[in-house]
Amino acid sequence: MSKPNIQLDSHGRLKHFLTIDGLKREMLTEILDTAESFTGVSERVVKKVPLLRGKTICNLFFENSTRTRTTFEVAAKRLSADVLNLNVGTSSTTKGETLLDTLRNLEAMHVDMFVIRHSDSGAAHFFASYAAPHISVINAGDGQHAHPTQAMLDMFTIRRHKGDFAGLRVAIVGDILHSRVARSQILALNTLGTSEVRVIAPRTLLPADTRSLGVHVFHDLEEGIRDVDVVIMLRLQKERMTGALLPSEHEYFQLYGLTEKRLRAAKPDAIVMHPGPINRGVEMDSQVADGPRSVILQQVSFGIAVRMAVMSMTMGTQAQGAAAR
Amino acid sequence: MNNDKIYMQAEAIDGLIGEMVQAIKTRLEVQQARDPVMIGIHTGGVWLAERLHKLLGIKQPLGTLDISFYRDDFTRIGMNPKVKPSQIPFEVEDRHIILVDDVLQTGRTIRAAMNEIFDYGRPASILLATLVERSGRELPIQPSVVGVRPPLTHEQQITLTGPDPLNLIIGTSKQETRGTS
Repeated sequence: MSKPNIQLDSHGRLKHFLTIDGLKREMLTEILDTAESFTGVSERVVKKVPLLRGKTICNLFFENSTRTRTTFEVAAKRLSADVLNLNVGTSSTTKGETLLDTLRNLEAMHVDMFVIRHSDSGAAHFFASYAAPHISVINAGDGQHAHPTQAMLDMFTIRRHKGDFAGLRVAIVGDILHSRVARSQILALNTLGTSEVRVIAPRTLLPADTRSLGVHVFHDLEEGIRDVDVVIMLRLQKERMTGALLPSEHEYFQLYGLTEKRLRAAKPDAIVMHPGPINRGVEMDSQVADGPRSVILQQVSFGIAVRMAVMSMTMGTQAQGAAAR
Repeated sequence: MNNDKIYMQAEAIDGLIGEMVQAIKTRLEVQQARDPVMIGIHTGGVWLAERLHKLLGIKQPLGTLDISFYRDDFTRIGMNPKVKPSQIPFEVEDRHIILVDDVLQTGRTIRAAMNEIFDYGRPASILLATLVERSGRELPIQPSVVGVRPPLTHEQQITLTGPDPLNLIIGTSKQETRGTS
């Protein structure tokens, strides 16, 4: 017996969303299906449904982020929740308050959900472990561990374009070592039954345990993206680079930058993805980023629907009489 | 445990649908409602609406609503795992809408559906057509056109099964997952 998954409630429903690890394919599919029905909301005149009216959602960001925080905020508002945005890096923790103190103070303000980003792996898990029982926690990125909503919006984008995951070849290119996005993507792709997941990176940007993740490793870009259906480019995480892992950005582009010419090795209908923000001329050419195969802006739109799905599913487990009816 | 019995079968239901078509036509004439559009509520209401839509010869494609995001019992029963996208492929503003559902009981589904419709625009009017009207209203909502009004006890549930053939089933076992109509 494995220990119970803290993400699930006693009925097996999604209570917190901290990592893809330990979630079954059915749960991931339920998230994608629910997100599908939320996509329509953003296209209406009134871009809002009353599902989470009266709920308070706190975006607790200990690390900078614009896109992720904004899409979480938009998602919460389209569900009619009230949103508190706290950039804690610049507030009380610098005065010496502990994470637990921060949690207890916000709990006292009757917050119903925390969306948390932190530079320490396990921070969201910590919050979920200590938060009051009615509170749900969503991980918006913790250290080098996980970024499950990003992975799910990527899965959503792939499913929209390619249908089923069986039969797909997906390549993830770039800084795998520092990337919580890549870790979550690999788990999600394998859980959903993707035929082949490849990672393409220089040896210095690969974790020691890469092969145990269930991927094929390539060090040459053109060889790695040959005949793939999906190319996922990762951002070169300059702020996480300590030590000499890379000779220079210029040289990185020479070896691993995605150009139109290199993309020809992939399938003719391959799509190109990037979690953003793009370092143009480092991970990819502008021609590719703005080209017909790029679905990067769709990823942003779909990110809202996926976050609406996860928020409403987790908040739904607060239901009082769920088992009684 | 399961003592469901068939209340009405496809042929008889088709007869009811035929009568509903006539009744809807009369109502539209009285209201002088031109160029109506139709919206069915998932799931049973859509099956019924598909038939009515065809028989009435409505030009605009059929709209469908899943009211899961508008339910008033989300805080009690949580998210419906099988929610379908709502699709309203026409402008709602100033249109005469025929709203279709299978069973009208509490009125909460219709309340939710009307709230959702108003998030698409301000319709000129809404006409409510249900195959079954039964006791148990909890909100002041009345149908404009009804197929049948079976006398049912509080414990009895009536459900439309389909999409083909349509059958009306009466059960007395409490179904946990069933929402309120």
